[in-house]
Amino acid sequence: MPDSQGTTLNPRPASAGAEGVSAAAAANSPAVEFRNIDIAYGKFVAVRDFSLSIGKGSFVTLLGPSGCGKTTILRSIAGLVDISAGQIMIGGRRVDDVPIYKRNIGLVFQSYALFPHKSVFDNVAFGLKYRNVAKPEIKRKVGQALDMVRLPGSEKKLPSQLSGGQQQRIALARAIVFEPQVLLLDEPLSALDANMREEMRVEIKKIQKETGITAIFVTHDQEEALSMSDRIVVMNAGSAEQIGTPEEVYERPATAFVADFLGKANMLSGAVSRSDGPTIVTLAGGQTINVLSPKALPQGSPVTVVVRPQKLSIGGASANRLPGRIVSASYLGGSAIYEVDIGDKANIRANAPIAGRVLREGEVIELGFDADDCVLLDEAGRRIS
Amino acid sequence: MKAVRPNKEGKWAWRLTGFVTLCVYVFMFAPIAATVILSFNASMFGGFPMTGFSLQWYAKLMNNDAVLTAFRTSLWIALVTAAVTTAIGVVTAFALTRFDFRGKQALSTLVILPALVPETILGVGLLVLIKAIDQPRTMLLLVLGHILLAVPYVVLIAQARMVGIRRVYEEAALSLGASRFSSFREITLPLLIPAVVGGALLAFTISFDNTSASLFWRPAGVETMPTQILSMLKISISPEINALGTVMILVTVGIPLVGGLILQSLTKLRKRGEPKEEAR
Repeated sequence: MPDSQGTTLNPRPASAGAEGVSAAAAANSPAVEFRNIDIAYGKFVAVRDFSLSIGKGSFVTLLGPSGCGKTTILRSIAGLVDISAGQIMIGGRRVDDVPIYKRNIGLVFQSYALFPHKSVFDNVAFGLKYRNVAKPEIKRKVGQALDMVRLPGSEKKLPSQLSGGQQQRIALARAIVFEPQVLLLDEPLSALDANMREEMRVEIKKIQKETGITAIFVTHDQEEALSMSDRIVVMNAGSAEQIGTPEEVYERPATAFVADFLGKANMLSGAVSRSDGPTIVTLAGGQTINVLSPKALPQGSPVTVVVRPQKLSIGGASANRLPGRIVSASYLGGSAIYEVDIGDKANIRANAPIAGRVLREGEVIELGFDADDCVLLDEAGRRIS
Repeated sequence: MKAVRPNKEGKWAWRLTGFVTLCVYVFMFAPIAATVILSFNASMFGGFPMTGFSLQWYAKLMNNDAVLTAFRTSLWIALVTAAVTTAIGVVTAFALTRFDFRGKQALSTLVILPALVPETILGVGLLVLIKAIDQPRTMLLLVLGHILLAVPYVVLIAQARMVGIRRVYEEAALSLGASRFSSFREITLPLLIPAVVGGALLAFTISFDNTSASLFWRPAGVETMPTQILSMLKISISPEINALGTVMILVTVGIPLVGGLILQSLTKLRKRGEPKEEAR
């Protein structure tokens, strides 16, 4: 089935009859699909056995620390990096042997990469020109694209006359004006300053929704990933640690790496001390924590309890209460972050709304959280399910 | 040495440095200045004091067929050399910076080698080779020889510029649907223009005032400007040579100077505000 799809796919909209069937098959196939791809640079394997299917019109983020292979995967879709095993399909068509200039993808770079010797108009029109679009049509489409990125009338300017944020908008317009099958964004916000970054984040998401284009976004910034994506692929050392919606990866991290990379969760190691009825974990310091385990765990098995700093409340009636002494407090306006020493060299971080006053260093408090605020990881750092 | 509060020693050291520098400049430029000044001398014999201002030596030059022929020969050899060398140099530099292939290091060294080998050795070598394969000395040989001499410099200039052109520009062009050739023609080459023009000017100059290698390679009866001057010097030191020298200086210094100025005004706009990369 997948093979026949690849050969019968008609890139033009089919009119009727037998062709209509294959076009329908193409319409149902994912926008981008990776099937067990490996990417190696010489002996160094940058990506190992990576599989992912990206639905049409969705916004997927590859998130991970530098060197995790996220940019390599993005570049492999573009055809800037060769895969050493597996298959990549764009719109149901296998593209392993398709050169980059025939892949019909839009690419936005971290460094904008606007052609410095061409005007804004010529930059944006570049892709249309190579698609043999008629001149008046090019003019109309470029104007439309510039309206979309809110820089109308900038056709005659040179890239050097624009600010960083404006340049990145033009780069975005250039990448979407010819309606590519996929829009690839390689850390497009990293070169911008903090204020601009926030604004562009909203803008990119808005444009993606309006155009309904499939977007693949690469970033190392968890906030960008959480706020923009339909789905997040958390990458580590060349493979996907977890694939899920922002809520899923944040609330139910699949591995210790995901829990730590997204929002610095507290990880408390201990052992199961009671497994009949409600599961209870005893920490190294002797405190007991009520947790919910999806399955019965043998008594004494080592586990890690993951709790988000935002889930911890100060005082309050919760199922679990951990007493401790505040080591440091940082005031954030609406809330405060407390570093709390709960004994046995274990520190726990709480991000709690300010009730009345900011607590001071040295104060003894009780941190409360519920059983369902916890995620349980096994010895290997994987979520118990 | 303290630059802020110069003591006695410091002052003298500075004076000495200044004096030596002055001497070096005088040593370098006095002969050139003398040539230019004496070309306007009215006297038959080159020497100071000048007897009066005159353009007669230039007029005489204009009527000297041998000189005019040599000038034309040199000019077209230099033009052909500049054109061919620039094409070869740019393509070579592109290959050396953008692609990885077997023997890349070897090629890179080989291309630069003619600049390192003494010109006389190169001249004799090529001559011996031509004799060995029993070929006559032709204009083609002379032009090829000049190309050989100029290629290393053009490659070095183009390579230096090429390294500065970030690969993302080409990647962006490719992603937008331009073939590899189109992206080179539309993106890389225009960005390389300063190196192309600079390389061409340098190649022109190298060819136009080459003496020693040309002496070995020129076909019988053909004179280039430098060899013509050399043969004129054998007979007498006529003030006409001063005029000829002045013309040579004008061509070899003036052309790159004008080219550089044009280039500077061309690239002025573009240089401003290229994006800061990796600014995190």
